[in-house]
Amino acid sequence: MRRNVNIWARVDWFTIIIYLIMVLMGWLNIYAAVYSEEHRSIFDWNMRYGKQLLWIGAALIIALVTLSIDTRAYSFFAYVIYALSLISLLLVLVFGKEVNGARAWFEIGQLRLQPTEFAKVATCLALAKYLSSYNVRPDKIKTWVIAGIIMFVPAALIVLQPDVGSVVVFAAFTLAFYREGFPGIILLFGFLLIFLSLIALIASPLTVLIIILLLAFAALFILRLRIAEVIIGIVGLIIGYFLTKLIATHILHLPNNSYLFLLISTITLGIITLINLAFKKIPYLFWIVLFTFLAIGFTYSVDYLFDNFLQTHQQQRINILLGKESDPKGAEYNVAQSKIAIGSGGLFGKGFLQGTQTKFNFVPEQSTDFIFCTVGEEWGFVGSLIVLGLFVILLLRILHLSELQRSAFSRIYGYGVAAILFMHMAINIGMTIGLLPVIGIPLPFFSYGGSSLWAFTLLLFIFLRLDASRLEVLR
Amino acid sequence: MNNQYANRYYIISGIFVLVVFVYLIRLFFMQIIDTSYKFSAENNSQRYVTLYPARGLIYDRHGKLIVSNQAAYDLMVNPQELRPFDTSTFCSILGITPDYVRLTIRKARNYSRYKSSPFLYQIPDSVYAAFQEQLYKFPGFYVQPRTLRHYERKIAAHFLGYVGEVDSSHIKNDPYYQMGDYIGMSGLEKAYEKELRGVKGVKIYLVDVHNRIKGSLANGRFDKPAIQGKNITSTIDADLQAYGEKLIKNFRGGIVAIEPSTGEILVLTSNPSYDPQMLIGRGRASNFVKLRDDPSNPLFNRALQSKNPPGSTFKLLNALVGLQTGAISPQSTFGCAMGYTAGPVHVGCHLHPTPLDLIGSIQYSCNAYYCNVFRRIIDNPKENDRFSAYQHWRELVMSFGLGKKIQTDLPHELGGNIPSLDYYNRIYRKSWNSITIISLSIGQGEIGITPLQLANMAATIANRGYYYIPHSVKLINGYDSIDNRFKQKQFTAFDSSYFEIIVEGMYRAVNGPGGGTALNGSVKGLDICGKTGTAQNPHGDDHSIFIAFAPRNNPKIAIAVYIENGGFGATIAVPIASLMIEKYLTDTITRPWYEEYLRTKTIIYPKN
Repeated sequence: MRRNVNIWARVDWFTIIIYLIMVLMGWLNIYAAVYSEEHRSIFDWNMRYGKQLLWIGAALIIALVTLSIDTRAYSFFAYVIYALSLISLLLVLVFGKEVNGARAWFEIGQLRLQPTEFAKVATCLALAKYLSSYNVRPDKIKTWVIAGIIMFVPAALIVLQPDVGSVVVFAAFTLAFYREGFPGIILLFGFLLIFLSLIALIASPLTVLIIILLLAFAALFILRLRIAEVIIGIVGLIIGYFLTKLIATHILHLPNNSYLFLLISTITLGIITLINLAFKKIPYLFWIVLFTFLAIGFTYSVDYLFDNFLQTHQQQRINILLGKESDPKGAEYNVAQSKIAIGSGGLFGKGFLQGTQTKFNFVPEQSTDFIFCTVGEEWGFVGSLIVLGLFVILLLRILHLSELQRSAFSRIYGYGVAAILFMHMAINIGMTIGLLPVIGIPLPFFSYGGSSLWAFTLLLFIFLRLDASRLEVLR
Repeated sequence: MNNQYANRYYIISGIFVLVVFVYLIRLFFMQIIDTSYKFSAENNSQRYVTLYPARGLIYDRHGKLIVSNQAAYDLMVNPQELRPFDTSTFCSILGITPDYVRLTIRKARNYSRYKSSPFLYQIPDSVYAAFQEQLYKFPGFYVQPRTLRHYERKIAAHFLGYVGEVDSSHIKNDPYYQMGDYIGMSGLEKAYEKELRGVKGVKIYLVDVHNRIKGSLANGRFDKPAIQGKNITSTIDADLQAYGEKLIKNFRGGIVAIEPSTGEILVLTSNPSYDPQMLIGRGRASNFVKLRDDPSNPLFNRALQSKNPPGSTFKLLNALVGLQTGAISPQSTFGCAMGYTAGPVHVGCHLHPTPLDLIGSIQYSCNAYYCNVFRRIIDNPKENDRFSAYQHWRELVMSFGLGKKIQTDLPHELGGNIPSLDYYNRIYRKSWNSITIISLSIGQGEIGITPLQLANMAATIANRGYYYIPHSVKLINGYDSIDNRFKQKQFTAFDSSYFEIIVEGMYRAVNGPGGGTALNGSVKGLDICGKTGTAQNPHGDDHSIFIAFAPRNNPKIAIAVYIENGGFGATIAVPIASLMIEKYLTDTITRPWYEEYLRTKTIIYPKN
C-alpha cells in the first residue's frame, strides 16, 4: 500500500505532462486532418478523431495500470513478455488480416491490433533484462551474439509480414548497446551500415567496390600512419587486376568484366595478407581485411535483398529518394504533396482547420504516417519547432532519468525507450520533409491509431514506473 | 562499470540534438525561405472556374436586332461521382443512344476520374428544362451554362460570320483565350471579336484532392464577374439584305450595296449561302463539314473573295482615264462596224447607232469605241513609251481601290488584280503593244475585281470622284467609335468634272432616250444611273454584271450585282439591282413581274 500511495509523488510528472501535451496536439492535428463540415462533433465515433479520443482514453487507462503494477514484475516477466510477443508475431502471420499487402493486424470486431508495435516494448524489456544480467559483459563476443539474436528474431518475423519499415526501428537498440559499453566501433559500424547500404543501392557494383577499397586504405593509413603500406597495397591490387584480366581474357577467353577482375584481385590480396599475418603480426591489419570482406558481402547482400525481398512499392520509394526514378503521380506523389503541405505553412502556418492541403486530403495517409504535414501546414515553422522541441526535451529527459537509475535494467530499458522513440521520430519526420525514404511508421503520440499509441504509452510508462522506484531497487 | 561509459550519455544526447537541428534547418528552408511550395499549394487546392460573358448583340442600321444570344447548357460528367442510373430514361430525355453514353463515359474516365469532362454539348433550352427536373436521379452529371448565338432572321450569313471554338493557334496568339472558348471565325464576328467577346470573369473555388468543390475562396473576394460584350449596330439594312437574298436565291453570285455618302455597307450577299443557325449548337461540327464539302461552296464569300473580270462596267474607268490623260475628249467619236479590227485582233460588238461620242458609247456600251480609247491611252504621244503609258493607266485605275485590298473591316477580303507592267513584260518578253492587251479596254483579260470593289466603283462615281472605305459597323455600344480610316474621303486621281459626263452616260444607259443597255432597269422618278457588264469566262456562259447608283443627284445607294453565268448584264443583274434600289428608296415594289421572273429563272451551273 505504501508504494501505491507514493507512486504519484515519485513519478516523473515532467515527462507525463510532455506526454499529455503531445497526445493532445496529436489529437488536434488528427481532427484537422480528417475534419469535414458534415462531421463537426468531436465525439463522432465514425470519424478518426472520435475513435482516437477512445484510443486516448484507453491509453490513459493503460498508463494508470502500468504505473500500478509492481516494478519488479517488469524485469521478472521480461522474457515471458518477450516470448508471448514472439508468439503473437507468429500467430499474426497465420490469422492476421491483410491490410495494404502486409499481414500485420489482428482484427477483433471493430478493434485492430498490430503486434509489431508491442514487440518493440517486449524486445526492449528482454534486451534490458539480458544485458543487465550479472554475468553478461559487453566486451564478449557471446554477449553481442545473444543480444543480436534477441533483436533479430522479432525483426525476422516482422519481415515475413512483410513490413520492412518497422524492422529498421530495431536497429535503434544499437544506441542502448553503445551506452552499455559495446565498443564505440558499433556506432561507426551502424553509420557505415547505413552509408554502405545507400551506396550499394545507388552506385554500380564496381564503384561500390572502389569506395570500399578507398575506405579500407584510408583506415589503414589513419591507423598505421605508414604510407609505404598503402602504396604496396594499391600497387598489389593494380598488378593483381591486370594479371587477372590477362588470364581471364587471353587464356580463358572470358568476356571483359572489370568488377569481377577487381573483386578477384581484392580477395587474392586479402588472402595473401592474412597468410602473411600468420608469420608477422601487424596491428589492425586483420580488422581492415575483415572489414573489407564484410563490406563487400554486405553491399552485395543489400543489392540482393533490395531486388528480392523489398516489395515493389518500397523499392520505388527508395529509388525516388535516391533520385533513380521519378513518378509524380505514383510513389513520389506522397512526398511531393507532403512537402507542399509543410512548405506552404510559412512561419505561423495557415491556422487551425485552415490548411487547404490538409483539409482537402491532398496528402495520403495524413492522419497516420503523414500527420506531421498537418503540423507543418496549419502551425507553420513555429509549430514544427514546438513539436521537434517537445521530442528533443522528452528524449533528453528520458536519457537524463536513465542515467539516474541505480538498476542497470532500468537504465538499459530507458535507453531503449529513448532510442525507439528517436528512431520513429527521425524516420517519420525525415520522410515527410523528404530527407529519408518513405517508410510507413507512425510518429509517436501523434499519429492516428490505437496500437501504436498504446504501445508507445506502455513503452514510456513502464520506464516511468521503473524510474519511480529507482531508489528502492538495486538491481 | 556505469561511470566508465557515462560520457556516452553526451554522445547519444548529441546525436538526438544534431538530428533535430538538421531537421529544423530543413524545415526553416522549406517553410520560410522557399516560396515555391506556397504556389504549389494554391495550384493544388484552388480551382479557377471561368464565367463566360454573353457576346455583344448585333443590330441592323435601323436598330433591328439580328443576332442575339440563347442560353445553352453543356452537360458535364464527373466519373468519380457517377452512380448506376436509369440509362433508358436518361437517353430518351436527351435523345442519345446507350452506346453514346457508354463510349463518352469511358472517354471521360480515360481523361480523368476526378475532373469533369463535357458529356453533351449545348443542350437546347427545351431539353434542358425536362432534364433539370430529373437531374437528381443522375449523380455525377451537372450542367454548365454557356451562351450561344441566336439569329433572329436567316440572313447575312457571310456578313455576320460565325463563332467557333478556339484552336491552339488562337491561344498562342492571344493569351486571353483558353481551350473551350469561343471566337469569331469570320465576318463581323471576327472583325469585331474584341468588342463582341466581352471580358471573361472568374470564380475561385477551393477543391479537395478529388476535385470536389468545397467552397469559394475568401467568400468570393477575389472573384471577377463576367462583363458582357459590346453591342454593335451594323451598317446593313436587314430588310434590304433579306430582299437581296430572296432575289439572288436561284443564282450564284453576290450583291453589294453601299451608301455612297458614308461608305456604309447596306447589303452584302453571297449565294449560295446557308442558314447561320446551322453553325451553332450541337449540329455545328457536322453542319460545317456538310457545308465545306458542298460542291456549290456555300461557305465561300463571293462578295469579298470572287475576283472576276468586270466586263463592260470597266469601260467607265477607261473613259475616265482617257479624259484624264487627254487621250480623248467628251466629243471624240469613233465608228463601229459590229466590232473593232486591228491586225490579227478582232473585238466584236453588237448592233447600235454609230458613230458614237463618249456619252453614247456608255449608253450603248460600244466595244469598238473603247478599243480606240484604250489604244489612244497606251499609244499616247505625250507619254515616253507604251510602258510608262501603261503604268500611268494602271495607277489611275488603281486609285479606284482596285487591284489591292480596299481595307474594309470585314476579314478575308481579296484585293483582286490589275496586271502589273512587269507581268506583261514577263509573259510577252516586252514585245507587246496596245493591241496585245486590247481586252483590258472592255474589262476582260487578266483583270480581277470583287463585287465589293465593283460596288465601291459605283459609289465613287456616284460621289463624283471619291469614296469612303466600305465598312460594316455604325455604332459600338451606341457610340460612333468606328475606326478613323472609315471617316476619311479617299480621292481618286481624276478631276471631278469628268464624272458628270460618265454619270450622264450611265443615266442614259438606264433611262434612254433612244436606247441603252439597261433600259429594263429604269424606274420612273428614281433617276437610276448604271452600267451593265457581260464578262466572258472559261466556266460557261458569260457573267451578268450591273453597277448602279440612285438617285442621280445626291445618291443614296450604290450597288453592284454579279451573277455567275447569268448571260448579259441586262438579263439578271439589272432587274435585281433595279428592284433593290426601288425597294431601298421607296420601300415599294411596282414591278412584281420582275420578282416572279427572278423566282422562276434558273441557270444550270456546271458541277464543280
